[in-house]
Amino acid sequence: MNAIAETRAIRVSGYRALPAYLLEARYEFLRLLRTPSFAVPTLSFPPLFFLLFGLLLNHGNAGAAHYLFATYSVFGVMAPSLFGFGVAVAIEREKGWLALKRVAPMPPGAYLAAKLAMAMLCAAIIYLILAAMAYALGGVRLPAAQWLVLGTVAVGGALPMCALGLIIGSRANASAAPAFVNLIYLPMSFLSGLWMPLSMLPHFLQQVAPLWPAWHLGQLALMTTGQATTGSVAGHLLWLGAFTVICFAIARRGLARAD
Amino acid sequence: MAMDTDVVAALRGASKRYGKLLALDGVDLEVRHGQILALLGPNGAGKTTAISLLLGLHDPDAGSANLFGEQPRALAARCRIGAMLQTTAVPDTLQVGELIALFRSYYMSDSSRQPRTVFDTAQLAGVSDLLKRRYGKLSGGQQRRVQFALAIAGRVEILFLDEPTTGLDIEARTTMWKTIRTLVAEGCAIVLTTHYLEEAEALADRVAVLARGRIVAQGSVAQIRARVGQRRIRCITAVDVAAIAQWSHVRSAVRDGERTEIVSDSTEAVVRRLLDQDAQLHELEIQRAGLAEAFVEITKEAA
Repeated sequence: MNAIAETRAIRVSGYRALPAYLLEARYEFLRLLRTPSFAVPTLSFPPLFFLLFGLLLNHGNAGAAHYLFATYSVFGVMAPSLFGFGVAVAIEREKGWLALKRVAPMPPGAYLAAKLAMAMLCAAIIYLILAAMAYALGGVRLPAAQWLVLGTVAVGGALPMCALGLIIGSRANASAAPAFVNLIYLPMSFLSGLWMPLSMLPHFLQQVAPLWPAWHLGQLALMTTGQATTGSVAGHLLWLGAFTVICFAIARRGLARAD
Repeated sequence: MAMDTDVVAALRGASKRYGKLLALDGVDLEVRHGQILALLGPNGAGKTTAISLLLGLHDPDAGSANLFGEQPRALAARCRIGAMLQTTAVPDTLQVGELIALFRSYYMSDSSRQPRTVFDTAQLAGVSDLLKRRYGKLSGGQQRRVQFALAIAGRVEILFLDEPTTGLDIEARTTMWKTIRTLVAEGCAIVLTTHYLEEAEALADRVAVLARGRIVAQGSVAQIRARVGQRRIRCITAVDVAAIAQWSHVRSAVRDGERTEIVSDSTEAVVRRLLDQDAQLHELEIQRAGLAEAFVEITKEAA
């Protein structure tokens, strides 16, 4: 946001902005609670998929449950991030709510930080549901540290996914945004091997997989749980970090164009 | 002479183009401390564009916009302004009290002044009874008042109100006028766009009339009114209205019920002739043209 870039901190000290950050996040959470039509599908979709494909269709196949638990943790973070940023920002931008907040002295970053926190919270809830299902129904047993690190990957995955969503939110109009998000969300999940191992797919798709941020996240999740993967932790983190920064930079330019 | 520090917001030679449309064409505008400036003009005249430049929502293509001598986008400047935009979709699921608390919190980053309390803000905006209601459940007029509350949640030095009373009933409008006057008495400056000329007449110290992106008249309400020499004569007379309409100095003459209404640029001559012709003439009234007539006249000239 240009408004943020040009901010001069003359009489404005950082800690005084804290109440605004907290309220912004709190009300973002309240809005989520009060909109069950968004919250319920977002939170239940990945666990239902996992139940169907990971547990029921592959019943008794511990390897499949193990693999899909890791990759569905990544799949789980995608919807709240992509929809929360892609669709919600597009709507609030188009309808003037964002403009009003930008005219008022909303502290730089409070808006995006609140939305990011909410995406992370959703990702954490989805992860906990998946973990409970994997443990109770899929017989997945991991060392304590692996449960935790995988949870961190799932929640941290909100960063690149929100950045990607924000590109849509900063440019697409409100009615087109859901279509753009869906165009990315489901195909990318599939092409990144979140639904089935890429080794089961044509060779070409395996070659282009490193193009998708979800693939890098998926590889991290699989590494965490000690499964066969490609690349190194540092390599994936670096790729995702660079991807996040670039997306934010592009989105920021889009948001700066007032419309 | 007024010091320049008195100027809280200014456009200097500001132009803005949207595609082929030149929405604003070299506009100079100054708003001073404690002053109410009304921006008038037909739809598409550039009123909202002028405000959006001052708010930093758009950048001028040429010229400049500034608030307190700073870029409109500077956070320090934004801590001192409040705004009510023409189109704002506020989240339906938040309660009025929560929305006010949120906007109030934005103004807390300014260490030099405390924002109003939620209670005070709600009272000033006339939404005290709505605090627990969700925004989406309110009527259009109530929503507009909540937007007004958001604009005044900080202790701001200038308020931008883009058609604030559109959709309000008379009582709500009167409440808002009263609050605007209270704020001005505290030294707040107001920039107001409105379709209601009586609103400008009731509130404004200064009026700027915009037409096709240019300022075609600027001054006090009295000065703008004086731009129009004509006055209105009303009386009950037996003289034929069609005949009066043919007289010199008469712009128009119509019957309004039993009364005759004449618009003239030389009332003395017309009244003398009326009295000569009709000794029974009574209920004579002469009115200076209102802002409405002046406005029509000025925008007609500009077209």
